[in-house]
Amino acid sequence: MIDARGYSCPMPVVMVQKEVKKNAPDTLEVLVDDPCAVENITRFASNNGYEASSRPTGDDEFALTLVRKA
Amino acid sequence: MEQEIKLTKLASCAGCGAKVGAGVLAQLLDGLPVHTDPNLLVGFDKSDDAAVYRLSDELALVQTVDFFPPIADDPYLFGQIAAANALSDIYAMGGEPKLALNLLCVPKNMPDHAVQDILRGGYDKVYEAGAVIAGGHSILDEEPKYGLCVTGFVHPDQVLTNAGAQPNDVLLLTKPLGAGILTTAAKADLCPEDVLAGVFARMAVLNKAARDAMVRFRVHACTDITGFGLLGHALELAQGGDVRLQIDTAAVDIPTEALEFARMGLLPEGMYRNRRYAEPFVDAGETVLEVQDALYDPQTSGGLLIAVHPGDADALLAALQKTVPSAQRVGTVETYTGGARIILR
Repeated sequence: MIDARGYSCPMPVVMVQKEVKKNAPDTLEVLVDDPCAVENITRFASNNGYEASSRPTGDDEFALTLVRKA
Repeated sequence: MEQEIKLTKLASCAGCGAKVGAGVLAQLLDGLPVHTDPNLLVGFDKSDDAAVYRLSDELALVQTVDFFPPIADDPYLFGQIAAANALSDIYAMGGEPKLALNLLCVPKNMPDHAVQDILRGGYDKVYEAGAVIAGGHSILDEEPKYGLCVTGFVHPDQVLTNAGAQPNDVLLLTKPLGAGILTTAAKADLCPEDVLAGVFARMAVLNKAARDAMVRFRVHACTDITGFGLLGHALELAQGGDVRLQIDTAAVDIPTEALEFARMGLLPEGMYRNRRYAEPFVDAGETVLEVQDALYDPQTSGGLLIAVHPGDADALLAALQKTVPSAQRVGTVETYTGGARIILR
């Protein structure tokens, strides 16, 4: 799980990228509070073998779930 | 020792990416009274680059203002870029800048030498443009910002607006894209230094040489590419002239690093904003997503997008390439028959 709240773009997607490179997790939960980060992480996921879904968890807060594609 | 400062760390969003989105801007302006004056040739109702006011049958005033938070860490470079960007609006109207006023916002604790370097960058660019800085205004602000209010002149019959493109015109673009994506990657220290230096060097280049070349030919419309990205500004050109633009995406100069970073999701918020605004009017065809990203990418001090008479296109391109080697032919103008305003192929 990555808590990228408090970080503005492009840091959240960079944090996700590092985690994917290092540990190649099957699923990854990411918390962000920058709507741009939701779009960027979704873009990164779709180009790097993951499927991303997101849901709002509060005022301008979102949780993303990345699942590695079979 | 002088205190080293990283200017971009003081800014929440950088350069022209800090612009209020085109859609939001239209909403904000909606309902404001529009007073007319027969001598106001171009006003804010046309979403053009600068206002144009006729003083006589031979002379019109061109006026613009532009300022933004730091896009580069180096204060002198930031000053140059902000000035080149502000002056560009005059060039996009076919005019020549003559007089400029500084607009400066500085945090209390910013070292004097950094503030002086920003101003020096501005002075040097304005001097290079053949204009003078005659004064300005500065206020204290948490975030630094710099830019200029610029006055220029143009013959009233030779004003170039973003309304006027005609079917069969050829589209030329004078600078590469990708600046927004590359500076976003730089915030995460991922953009190679030489690539970033190239981006900043291009931003600091005046659109003067491009303007000086184009005014000698039958140019029907022109705009400069800034915060709304190539497609946002191209849409203004298409709507302004009631035409359709066909853009040859392979001919648009996009640094390979920008495409790579786009695939990694290193995209500025302004890119998404521009896409939401312009996408309903764009038929992207088979264009891959990262190329589309670059076409929507907000630019700072970008190049001119020129619609030129087809009979003059080769000659203008040849003239441009002598002084503006990055100029490219990127598309054509067609009759609008409904549907998309911009076709990518």
